[in-house]
Amino acid sequence: MASETVLIGEVKDGHLKRVTFEILGEALRQGVEPTVVLLGQNLKEDLKAELGQHGASKVVFLEHEALASYSTEGFANALHAFLSPLNPSAVIAGATSQGKDYLPRLAAKLGVGFAADCTEFKIAPGAVSARRPVYAGKCSKQVNFLQGAAVFSIRPNVLAVSTVHAKTATIQKVAANPGTIRAKLVETKASAAKKVELTEADVIVSGGRSLKSADAFKILFEMADTIGAAVGASRAAVDAGYAPHDMQVGQTGKTVSPKLYIACGISGAIQHLAGMRTSKVIVAINKDPEAPIFSKADYGIVGDLFELVPLLTAELKALKAKS
Amino acid sequence: MNVFVLLKQVPDTETKIRIKGDGSGIESGDIKWVLNPYDEFAIEEGIKTKEKLKEGAVTVVGCGPDRVVDALRTAVAMGADNAIHIKAEDTLDTYLVGKALAAACKKENAELILSGKQAIDDDQAAVFGFVAEFLDVPSISVVVKIDIAADKKSLKAEREVEGGTKHIIESSLPAVIAVNKGINSPRYASLPGIMKAKKKEIKTYTLADLGLGSESARTKDSAYALPPERKAGIKIAGDAKAQAHELVRLLREEAKVI
Ligand SMILES: Cc1cc2nc3c(=O)[nH]c(=O)nc-3n(C[C@H](O)[C@H](O)[C@H](O)COP(=O)(O)OP(=O)(O)OC[C@H]3O[C@@H](n4cnc5c(N)ncnc54)[C@H](O)[C@@H]3O)c2cc1C
Ligand SMILES: Nc1ncnc2c1ncn2[C@@H]1O[C@H](COP(=O)(O)O)[C@@H](O)[C@H]1O
Repeated sequence: MASETVLIGEVKDGHLKRVTFEILGEALRQGVEPTVVLLGQNLKEDLKAELGQHGASKVVFLEHEALASYSTEGFANALHAFLSPLNPSAVIAGATSQGKDYLPRLAAKLGVGFAADCTEFKIAPGAVSARRPVYAGKCSKQVNFLQGAAVFSIRPNVLAVSTVHAKTATIQKVAANPGTIRAKLVETKASAAKKVELTEADVIVSGGRSLKSADAFKILFEMADTIGAAVGASRAAVDAGYAPHDMQVGQTGKTVSPKLYIACGISGAIQHLAGMRTSKVIVAINKDPEAPIFSKADYGIVGDLFELVPLLTAELKALKAKS
Repeated sequence: MNVFVLLKQVPDTETKIRIKGDGSGIESGDIKWVLNPYDEFAIEEGIKTKEKLKEGAVTVVGCGPDRVVDALRTAVAMGADNAIHIKAEDTLDTYLVGKALAAACKKENAELILSGKQAIDDDQAAVFGFVAEFLDVPSISVVVKIDIAADKKSLKAEREVEGGTKHIIESSLPAVIAVNKGINSPRYASLPGIMKAKKKEIKTYTLADLGLGSESARTKDSAYALPPERKAGIKIAGDAKAQAHELVRLLREEAKVI
């Protein structure tokens, strides 16, 4: 009987990404104990402890030198070889840059269905389903998996990290089979500034066309730096060249779900809302009291961002100095 | 080079979405259909590739109901040479769409397959991965630059990963490349292009023609629902200094997010 649930964890800079613990937390709340699979080479034992602290009991290290750096085919092949004999009922990963890339190929290899960027899932005996926003978040739908393993990715920052008691996880080391890799990484171009990844950031400070220049975005970066936030932008700001496209939030940019989203001088067009409406707390700063963004904001300030942002930065600095 | 571009027709982003009474889907009555914005970048990249190589043809292929022909004609008006319509219901799952597109690409010996990064209706960002897997060729996603090698046997692609980092990937051809905004600026349809598109004969396949008559869906959608409405919260009054102070206090003490 296919009953195993497999969670593919993701390691970044020697630690697990939080979305791994978020998926783990939700599975455990449903009484499901997933097998957590990590891919790489010479994976550190500490990772097992990290997972155990969050309630994982079974951990698999799928290792091969070809997996030391990420490749679509290497990851999809290695997972396929490992999962096929296991015949799992569900295979879950975070909807991160990597997860979004290899998971569809893995699902196709397994000959099964796929659902991306889900915000809920339900694992019951013989029936797995996931819910995902569609049509720019104007509605959501339930995807029911009909045959074979249910393969889906989970949007970061949506589910709660597990709070159950720590366990001592058992670890199984498996020699991976990454197959032939035809698309190879030949160079990595890091961005000049070490940026917090938007889709996984806890707090996002975002700016719109109203910033009027790339230089003006500095005030947002300053505010963001005081609280470890990432900086986002509206499409109008990106199109005007004030910010690069990888900072764009919205329907044709990134979908984010931070704990706190601070929109500075953003009108709140439907396509922008599509990318940030699932944020837990939304703050809007806009000089137009009629701006649509205010209808979605938990806290609104009618005023000039050029005046307010530096004041907020100062307040946040003061708060940080106190605590 | 035989360049294929995968096109999806999606509801215009301004379209109001209404859910069917039984929650099984959305009402399709008054939707305005447009070409998926990311696919415009894919078409442009296809045409540019042909122009650069000074040989080959660009074929656009779309899977869906009859209305998809409009999207295909738009692409021909922009400069695509051929168009293929795979006639199917618009409710096919990713698995079946992937199977159908892969089968068409195989039949026509596609050498470079371009798609959008994602379709803005379902946001799956997955069809290209299925197509690549079913064709057993490499895939590269979120691509912002493509350089085809002089011998046309391989390419280098720049893809955006997280935190502003980019990866340069070298891949053999054939391959499937899913492009992101920023790779180019799509051209507008020319007048002669529009005339040509009107008369263009569009090749049509059914799933059965592609040998997929006995394939079945892997997922079924249900229980469409509206998101919980966000209520407008409070507006913070006072002068700028007081507003900033109060906001930080509320975020700390009430919302507990900082
Ligand atoms: C197919 C399609 C896809 C799209 N995808 C996206 C997307 O992914 N992301 C996205 O963001 N948009 C997207 N858009 C564009 C979207 O419709 C809006 O045009 C865009 O979001 C507007 O950006 P903005 O809010 O920065 O600019 P504007 O709408 O011009 O708003 C600027 C706001 O700043 C306020 N303001 C001005 N000066 C100040 C000041 N000194 N202090 C405080 N407030 C000030 C103004 O009152 C106004 O509300 C898309 C559009 C289409 C058609
Ligand atoms: N029905 C379809 N017909 C043709 N191409 C499609 C279809 N669905 C998706 N695609 C292509 O696959 C890309 C990703 O779509 P999706 O996986 O649905 O987000 C789109 O940008 C298109 O290039």
